Amino acid sequence: MSALESHGHDHHGPAKGLMRWVYTTNHKDIGTLYLWFSFIMFLIGGSMAMVIRAELFEPGLQIVEPEFFNQMTTMHGLIMVFGAVMPAFVGLANWLIPMMIGAPDMALPRMNNLSFWILPFAFALLLSTLFMDGGAPNFGWTFYAPLSTTYAPSTVTYFIFGVHIMGASSIMGAINIIATILNLRTPQMTLMKMPLFVWTWLITAYLLIAVMPVLAGVVTMMLMDIHFGTSFFSAAGGGDPVLFQHVFWFFGHPEVYIMILPAFGIVSQIIPTFSRKKLFGYTSMVYATSSIAFLSFIVWAHHMFTVGIPLAGELFFMYATMLIAVPTGVKVFNWVATMFKGAMTFETPMLFAVSFVVLFTIGGFSGLMLAIAPVDFQYHDTYFVVAHFHYVLVPGAIFGIFAAVYYWLPKWCGNMYDERLGKLHFWISFVGMNLTFFPMHFVGLAGMPRRIPDYALQFADFNQVASIGAFIFGATQWLFLFIVIKAIRNGKKATAEVWDNPEGLEWTIPSPAPYHTFSTPPEVK
Amino acid sequence: MAKQAPGTNKPIKPFKLLGVVFGMFCFGFALVPLYDVICDVTGLNGKTGGRYEVSGALEVDESRWITVQFTTSNNADMPWVFSPSEAALKVRPGEMNETYFVAKNPTDQRMVAQAVPSVAPFYAAEYLHKTECFCFNQQILEAGESIEMPLRFFVDGDIPERVSKLTLSYTLFNLPDVAAN
Amino acid sequence: MLSKAIPWIRLVIGSFLFFTVSARAEWEVNMTPGVTEVSQQVYGLHMIIFWICVAIGVVVFGIMFWSIIAHRKSLGVKPATFHESTLVEIIWTAIPFVILIAMAIPATSALIDAYDTSESDVDIKITGYQWKWHYDYLEEDVSFFSNLTTPADEIYNRATKNPNYLLEVDEPMVVPINKKIRFLVTANDVIHAWWVPEIAVKKDAIPGFVNEAWTIIPTPGIYRGQCAELCGKDHGFMPIVVEAKTQADYDIWLADRKEAAAKERELRDKVWTLEGLMERGEKVYATNCAACHNADGSGIPPTFPALKGSAIATGPIEDHIKIVLDGKPGTYMAAFGPQLSPVELAAVITYERNAWGNSKGDFIQPIDIANMQAAE
Repeated sequence: MSALESHGHDHHGPAKGLMRWVYTTNHKDIGTLYLWFSFIMFLIGGSMAMVIRAELFEPGLQIVEPEFFNQMTTMHGLIMVFGAVMPAFVGLANWLIPMMIGAPDMALPRMNNLSFWILPFAFALLLSTLFMDGGAPNFGWTFYAPLSTTYAPSTVTYFIFGVHIMGASSIMGAINIIATILNLRTPQMTLMKMPLFVWTWLITAYLLIAVMPVLAGVVTMMLMDIHFGTSFFSAAGGGDPVLFQHVFWFFGHPEVYIMILPAFGIVSQIIPTFSRKKLFGYTSMVYATSSIAFLSFIVWAHHMFTVGIPLAGELFFMYATMLIAVPTGVKVFNWVATMFKGAMTFETPMLFAVSFVVLFTIGGFSGLMLAIAPVDFQYHDTYFVVAHFHYVLVPGAIFGIFAAVYYWLPKWCGNMYDERLGKLHFWISFVGMNLTFFPMHFVGLAGMPRRIPDYALQFADFNQVASIGAFIFGATQWLFLFIVIKAIRNGKKATAEVWDNPEGLEWTIPSPAPYHTFSTPPEVK
Repeated sequence: MAKQAPGTNKPIKPFKLLGVVFGMFCFGFALVPLYDVICDVTGLNGKTGGRYEVSGALEVDESRWITVQFTTSNNADMPWVFSPSEAALKVRPGEMNETYFVAKNPTDQRMVAQAVPSVAPFYAAEYLHKTECFCFNQQILEAGESIEMPLRFFVDGDIPERVSKLTLSYTLFNLPDVAAN
Repeated sequence: MLSKAIPWIRLVIGSFLFFTVSARAEWEVNMTPGVTEVSQQVYGLHMIIFWICVAIGVVVFGIMFWSIIAHRKSLGVKPATFHESTLVEIIWTAIPFVILIAMAIPATSALIDAYDTSESDVDIKITGYQWKWHYDYLEEDVSFFSNLTTPADEIYNRATKNPNYLLEVDEPMVVPINKKIRFLVTANDVIHAWWVPEIAVKKDAIPGFVNEAWTIIPTPGIYRGQCAELCGKDHGFMPIVVEAKTQADYDIWLADRKEAAAKERELRDKVWTLEGLMERGEKVYATNCAACHNADGSGIPPTFPALKGSAIATGPIEDHIKIVLDGKPGTYMAAFGPQLSPVELAAVITYERNAWGNSKGDFIQPIDIANMQAAE
């Protein structure tokens, strides 16, 4: 714990100027950096989505060429996954975990600084490929070999190093979070007294250190295939392109849960507050989250039902995948039971949380349908899949993050956000999001493959609706930026509790949270 | 010393977590040989085993016929002419068979190629034993040279009843880096 | 920033045209039941699971929305204090489990059916190329490429789009009805996926390996599909068309095919004029080369070099022939020697040397190409 002690000297406020942010080891500063960074990435990734939807507004090629379209789908996916959603959750973890467990800071503050500051370089590397000869990566965010090796643009090396750096950042972040949660809890906070956000993040962090190294491994193999003449993924030298998919999805499926588990935690904090009732089934929530995490390691090949897996393998992965519905169902039922017979109010965080439950469940249903291998032959690689994972990622991860920001923003900056505008942001986002992604179920079922820049005429109508929805959803996010800035600059002063008797240590400290909190461990009932 | 949570006697050492990270990085690479083992056992992707050593006399099953189809493909940058001498053979399980494939290098350069075998249906792959195959080695052809490449194989007597036809496919890959050396 | 404004302008115009744009099957919301037994089985399974999900959704969301309406603070309700019940947790773990088992049983039997490729009547090897399909009838001496025929004018909105826009090919796969057809699926370069929704077959085409699938089509008709795995630039432009015919019509088609192949051999041996080769070459170029090198030979540098005025197309003809026949390892340029006939090769090389202002005036006879390929 030497890092903590050496840093114990600055018990005054933050340093001034830009250097405050460069050198900071304060968990609140770093949390803020992560959150702003992820929002910038959200806007960049979002503008790529706008390009995609504009091109798909009607049949024919209008705005971009297929080559550039593929770069857009690839970069949109990579940036949203690694640049927007994951850093946003790490930012929330930085801000909230120490305050929730009564710790003065993260366990490894200097590594914390490093793990944030390498991120901008990773994404600068990745984004710079857009301006290079050959263009940005164009092989999809899943970068299947040999399209991403033998047939890749020369910029693939930048992509590989970018992934290495963001992987290192995530791993350091995860180690820090585990060390913080396990070592720095206030004495009376036993594991089963931890807030669910802390629990879900602890499990997420373990997933991260288990699978991010596998991602690093798979891109390293790609690097070696491309530059050093190995044949991991080339049949010519005794390798196998399908091996790539196995290794990738061994990372990729837990990765999906990395992007949703913290949101489960957020919703489990918010719903009880606005239902004025304790969370139903705390213990089962913890067990359900753990079993989802465990199952995530043995279902990866359900992304590969059409590659030609032997019947027994196909059946195993189908059954294992269906099994995930059980713990996920338990979580949904628990949330509903928490609301049941509560005394509910619907402030913006609650609106986002409730819509999370509904829309995430819809995404779960389509997930269950996709799990059925013989039917997946029809769904696989169509817009039905696109609809499915956007239903779990947009109203799941992204709405979870919005809910968290509205819920804890008054604690962070000391001012209330504009409730009227917040609700407006929710309703337009809600309508826009459904308008965008619900029709994708239809075009997918009707037979539209994903990742195509142009499509047959029978898909035209719903694509137009989806594009209109996407423009609405995209434009609304500027309103979110406005609301946050407005709240930071001025607004009604928030009380320490902010909401109506919320549970948790973070509500026992004043708003805005002082630069240093819990220098002495607090009491927990 | 920082305060400790109750129940945790020793604080967790971040270095241990680094160990996990390193272990999982290695595990990613360990998946490569592991995958090969799984392929061997299950015939995943229709991968066939290497040279098969026959131990003892083969027992020919006179009660059934198996059709073995041969088909060839060229990978993208492979200009060779490559085809089986026969499109299909009707064989008895346990009976040794011989056929050959023809390859021709029509270019003005020495080239090296690797043939990659694949069997469909892939659960039949483990019952197709090759005692001699051009796919065990790289093939080198001088400019304009052509070659007859032999294949000796037999179908295992244990092959499931439902298999009456199987396809042995070869894809020819160009190895320009090997040819350059 | 005109390009930014375009979508908005289109959005306004588009909303007026909303109901007039498309040609057929507008607002289709569901999966096709398809025409085969397997596809109908899959459709049935899809609907069962869909309705189960709807039922669960109605119950769960029903309770939730009822709470939202009835248990609001504004109605003056006092919150209850219960927050756990082991019994309830066990019940709502067990019930989904039972439902899942009920789903798994028909799913398993459908999957076993889909995997049974034995006892086939017709075997067709399907090879995915960037960006076209190749069909090889294993028991017949018939094989050909199947290319997109939608003209660039329609894609770039210079002409009205026909009803089969992007779903039309020059040579469809032709199969007989009521026969078990076994597909052997592989690829030449990257991974593709061969998918025809109406027969519920989707199989990945993987370079170096063969995958299997099968179908029995009971009714004659034309069934359209698309590549379903991102395979590079023109992934969206490599459709699949399967034409199912009666056995008699299928036999006629096979005979025609073989006759056409014989004719092609005759054409190979005749002496061609520059004009004749140019005319044929333009077609071959449009089908095989224009996707990368562009219809006007301008290419998409740096990945796909221009041919107009290029060193190869205006240099010695030997080098030009060599690169077309043998390809260029490490680039997108495939070896077209094994893909095209001598006539097509001679025509396209001649065309490239004499089109778009390239005016070498030299050309090569198909028979010379054939002799080069056969040379020992």
